[in-house]
Amino acid sequence: MAKLRMNQAISRALADEMRADDTVIVLGEDVGRAGGVFKTSEGLLDEFGPLRVRDTPISEMGFIGAALGAAATGLRPVAEIMFVEFLGVALDQLVTEAAKFNYLSAGEFPVPMVVRASCGAGIGYGCQHSQTLEGWFVNTPGLKVAVASGPKSAYGILRAAIRDDNPVVVLEPRVLYGLREEFDTTEAAVELGRAYFRSRGDDVTLVSLGQGVRIAAAAAESASWSADVIDLSTLVPWDVATVMESVQHTGRLVLVEENCRSGGWGADIAAEIGERAFGQLRAPICRITAPDVPVPAGRDLEKWFVPTPEYVAAQVSELIATDRVPASWWEVPA
Amino acid sequence: MTHIPSDVALQRRQELRTGAFARYKRMLEIRLVEDRIVELGREGNVDGTAHTCQGHEAVSVGIGAATNVDDYVACTYRGHGHALALGVTPEAVIAEVLGRPSGCAGGLGGSMHLTSRAAGLLPTFAIVGGGIPVACGVGLSAQVRGTDQIGVSIFGDGAANIGAFHESLNLAAVWKLPTVFIIENNLYGEYSAIGNTTPIADLADRAGSYGMPGAVVDGQDVDAVLDSVTTAVERARSGSGPSLLEMKTYRYIGHSHSDPAKYQPAEELAAWKERDPLLVAEAKLVEQGVPTSDIDQARTEILAELDEISKRIVEEAKPDRSAMFNHVFAGEGN
Repeated sequence: MAKLRMNQAISRALADEMRADDTVIVLGEDVGRAGGVFKTSEGLLDEFGPLRVRDTPISEMGFIGAALGAAATGLRPVAEIMFVEFLGVALDQLVTEAAKFNYLSAGEFPVPMVVRASCGAGIGYGCQHSQTLEGWFVNTPGLKVAVASGPKSAYGILRAAIRDDNPVVVLEPRVLYGLREEFDTTEAAVELGRAYFRSRGDDVTLVSLGQGVRIAAAAAESASWSADVIDLSTLVPWDVATVMESVQHTGRLVLVEENCRSGGWGADIAAEIGERAFGQLRAPICRITAPDVPVPAGRDLEKWFVPTPEYVAAQVSELIATDRVPASWWEVPA
Repeated sequence: MTHIPSDVALQRRQELRTGAFARYKRMLEIRLVEDRIVELGREGNVDGTAHTCQGHEAVSVGIGAATNVDDYVACTYRGHGHALALGVTPEAVIAEVLGRPSGCAGGLGGSMHLTSRAAGLLPTFAIVGGGIPVACGVGLSAQVRGTDQIGVSIFGDGAANIGAFHESLNLAAVWKLPTVFIIENNLYGEYSAIGNTTPIADLADRAGSYGMPGAVVDGQDVDAVLDSVTTAVERARSGSGPSLLEMKTYRYIGHSHSDPAKYQPAEELAAWKERDPLLVAEAKLVEQGVPTSDIDQARTEILAELDEISKRIVEEAKPDRSAMFNHVFAGEGN
């Protein structure tokens, strides 16, 4: 058992994979000599050397494309994107090229690459360094997307992503990098495409990702209602069966998203479950999200942006009491 | 069966090293295949469009002769000639352009996405500049694995202005990657003359800015192409890093099937036609004593083969709609 911060868990996952398989390499800005700006690759350069641990220039298009080329020709590269926004300039390489290589080559060129990116709000970094942006990756078949919700989750997801023969985007909410968790690395295996129950209950299903999972769990903890709290873990492909099993039991589905409402990942889940479980729902599907605004700077405003456990608890209580979706806080006159 | 067998690709590639006549015959094959594809397009047998490379044949064959099947080439949507030079068969190319299951991508890629692992052809890139960083990745992979393979990136003059070009050259040079960057400068980026988009005339001049040697090459002379690429390849294999080669060439046809190329002045086109790579090579063959009857016979044989191939392919059934679900993901029975 080890008590690790999430960033340490990530360094550990990378090291464990690199020891087991010498085709695994790490590349990104400041990942080598500095051990990563978020200390997610500490010790790797010392242990594995400069051939396999590469500090890149500030060239996301260049090194994400290089990760693709390397993955197509014998390596299993893990590229780090410092802030998920920085992937914008490299979306061609990821979404238009990597996601389609296996398809275009009739299976001759699979792409076993991982792109890890820090994401999310909560540290006051302002709107260009606080988004989650999973929406950039979800509508492009050939790509998998997973989101870490804590140290054990990050460890398991990253190792599974590296073992996967497909391009996988792993999002890491950076507000969780300092979070500690005690876990056994030999019992932290994650299956991509599978969702995990954090708790079981009867009144409502709370589905979330990333930092939302802890928020949802905290909301459920002191509430008068009991909830199935589900960590989706993998967003593409997401575990329809587990969510359905839960919703068929509770009859109420709530998505807890730290991202903007419109076009958020929860809308896809809501539509899919709405179709499949329509007759079994006791209430409309409810999305608890951030408002449709860029993330404001400053801790005080940012606290209003990301749904808090108190806000989630209040919204869910009202949903259960009224069987109607309550207005979001910004829709209610102050 | 869509994948090109290794022995076929190897044999077709090695042929290019047997002598000038073999290289001439391959250039002739490329010309006749491209002319046939244009014809098939006019008959309505090509869905979408095709970007053929009449005029570029010496560049393709010179590169094919200077490289090995276990090197990997990233080239563009104007890729039929490169595919044929690297070892893909005319049948597999034409079938892919016509969207048939016997095409090298099972008919799912089309003209812009030819591919063959056996020939060392990465799925060709429809996004301008998309393949340049990927070639860096091929070099990175070889460097980490300690082999003498190289990555070759072939792209047009238009791509020399896109961000990926600049990032890739810088990255390859700073990491001394075993890569060769080859510009096919045919004086037009789609419909735009290079003088309207680029402030310099010799793109190879950019090499020094990125810390690598550059050279301007007569792209209509297959011997000049072969020599210059060989030098760059040897430099890459020796661990000395990348090079930038600029092949001066011209296309005798529009950008794509729908382009009559009215922007090419008649005198300019005529002057470049005098330096048709086939004529340049023929003159040398004749000088070396190759009978013109042999040259004519080569043409007759290729045309007969193409007649047979075209007939079979036009009659081949298009893929079943279930085919679109193949190879979206690697592994797990996709």
